[in-house]
Amino acid sequence: MKLKRPSIPYIIWMVVFTMIPLLLILFSAFTDRNGTFSLEAFSKAFGYFDVFLRSLWIAFISTLICLILAYPIAYIMSRQKRNVQNALTMIIMIPMWMNFLLRIYAWLTLLQNGGPVDTMLSFLGIHTTLLGNQGAVILGMVYEYLPFMVLPLYSVMAKIDNGLIEAAEDLGSNKIKVMRKVVFPLSIPGIVSGITMVFVPSASTFLVAQYLGGVDDIMIGDVIDRIFWSDQNTGSAIALILMVAILIFLIILNFFGDEEAIAQ
Amino acid sequence: MAEAKNDIIVSLRDIFVEFEGEVILNHINLDIRDKEFLTILGPSGCGKTTTLRIIGGFLEPKEGTVNFEGKKINGLPPYKRNVNTVFQKYSLFPHLNVFENIAFGMRIKKLPKNEIKKRVKEMLSIVDLKGYEKRSVSKLSGGQQQRVAIARALVCDPKVLLLDEPLGALDLKLRKNMQWELKQIQQKTDTAFVYVTHDQEEALTMSDTVVVMNNGVIEQIGTPADVYNEPVNAFVADFIGEANIINGTMIDDCRVRILGEELECVDKGFGQNTPVDIVIRPEDIEVVKPEEAKLKGEVTEVVFKGVHYEMTVMCKGCEWIIHSTKCEPVGTTIGMKVIPFNIQIMNKMFLAEKNTFYADVISSDKENNTITVKVEDCEFEIENRYFEEGTRLEISLPPSALSIAGDGVGHIDDVYIESVIFKGEHNEIILESDEQKWLMQSYVDEQVATYVPLKFDFTKAEFKIAEGKNET
Repeated sequence: MKLKRPSIPYIIWMVVFTMIPLLLILFSAFTDRNGTFSLEAFSKAFGYFDVFLRSLWIAFISTLICLILAYPIAYIMSRQKRNVQNALTMIIMIPMWMNFLLRIYAWLTLLQNGGPVDTMLSFLGIHTTLLGNQGAVILGMVYEYLPFMVLPLYSVMAKIDNGLIEAAEDLGSNKIKVMRKVVFPLSIPGIVSGITMVFVPSASTFLVAQYLGGVDDIMIGDVIDRIFWSDQNTGSAIALILMVAILIFLIILNFFGDEEAIAQ
Repeated sequence: MAEAKNDIIVSLRDIFVEFEGEVILNHINLDIRDKEFLTILGPSGCGKTTTLRIIGGFLEPKEGTVNFEGKKINGLPPYKRNVNTVFQKYSLFPHLNVFENIAFGMRIKKLPKNEIKKRVKEMLSIVDLKGYEKRSVSKLSGGQQQRVAIARALVCDPKVLLLDEPLGALDLKLRKNMQWELKQIQQKTDTAFVYVTHDQEEALTMSDTVVVMNNGVIEQIGTPADVYNEPVNAFVADFIGEANIINGTMIDDCRVRILGEELECVDKGFGQNTPVDIVIRPEDIEVVKPEEAKLKGEVTEVVFKGVHYEMTVMCKGCEWIIHSTKCEPVGTTIGMKVIPFNIQIMNKMFLAEKNTFYADVISSDKENNTITVKVEDCEFEIENRYFEEGTRLEISLPPSALSIAGDGVGHIDDVYIESVIFKGEHNEIILESDEQKWLMQSYVDEQVATYVPLKFDFTKAEFKIAEGKNET
């Protein structure tokens, strides 16, 4: 196989910034502190199994909520006039211009005891703690990753020709059947890439749970963040397990994604 | 075609459609009969697709009623109408194969599987695509996609099939083939076809009835032979087939003056000394010796067209096109003979010898002998004229004093070009501004259905003070 010259910088980039760090993690996951081969790190990592499962669960729920919210938004957006579409895309993008941490702080301020949401609810007679639970974590994640679901869905849906929708109506489908028989099957590629773009980062995210969740709500990303400095080997092992889990998930997802081959 | 009136399936009554202040359909009436092949023919932007979308239910008219088998169906969504559409871009479902595309409508109606299978099979043989069931639609050629689209619509057994320029994307040879096939399919299935096209040849070949549209109105409805042989006005004559369209005067019944020569014709009822438009088809002109005909001219150009020669003849400053199997060399003087039956007389589309309009003088300058006037919200200066401020003027301009401002700066902006018809020596252009129509003569070809700035040559103008209508 002949390599094309222009690809060389990218190959160098990949080797230096992806392959070498990956190998380092692989190496440190399978060694102990002294650099000799050992599976100790993995047995320690196993102690975080519940956190691991919880992270995947939270990521799953957040992804699902994102999908449910984003699907109608994306569909409505895609059926607007060109300039309205652009304006709406802009509005969806604006929060992403702000730093990730700042957005989490904003929620913290909004939801804290005596904060605006709490005050409003107490006027209505509802007294509750809004922060420090899984709900708050999921809210934060959904807020964080919703644009990543809306945009791929929107870009696929915008390509669905209005003629197809009219053709379906012409052949006897009401609005619901148009959605089920035409829009949904044609939007599957968007759903697949939306899920990928939300599930993967939210499974490995950190800080959101630390700020918005309670003590028991920390996620696997937070664990890695916390123990990496003291115990690099275990940290690497967890990271590796997470990577493999996500890889398996992506492979499964791509089976569905293959339907887009038919859609072509 | 001449059957009883009760076989009308779809009838449009007084349909009016406006979009962003622009009139798309201006109170049209149209009847579609059972089992007929009806073609709506017109240039782009004439409202033909809009008419189709109204029948299909994709667009609601602002005024007027849509009747289907005698019942009003305004507001009924497309999926409840017993009509199906073949879309311009076919709009086949890319995620389904040929079989599933055709079965789509029946699956929605939840027909039994065996029946679906049987009917799809039947349809595929009608459209000549046997054995293509499992193909992906993206792997079909344009003509095949076209036929799948037709099958998909026809399998639903509609009363009326609507076709929106379905052959537009095909190459010439395939188009000819498909024209013939469409006609066959229509006869096999006994369905009324409403076919929209801008191709006059297509319309003449396939239709039982041709509806000629322009600028949101129906100009003429008739059989292909009617519209070709007896166009009602210069637009129809110009749009369908080739034609020599010239100005003439109807002296009396059956007597017409063309280029100063009095000729015999068969039309009556135009009154006396009425200006009219005259159509003579190129194939209806017989080439004879100069002394045998009243109209004589010199051959200026000869083009061999396969079946015939196309000759351009100059006769009294007017260009004539003649189709003849015999060729006369360039430079010869020939006589042009037309039998009275082939001289088609039509009322003028816009009867005016002069453009008359009102202008308010909003300021005047005695020293420089100029005035500034306001016409239809546009203000401009007229030189070498003086009237007092506040006067309301009646200005008359001959058609030759109007022009389209090439530099983009005209006296009245955004005037709509309604029609451009070549009248042998110049183009006769009908324009429409906010308040009135204008007649213009031009030696340049202009694009119809566009907006242009209109310019006046005031040296040819006549000014009159409008009586009693002083506006402040």
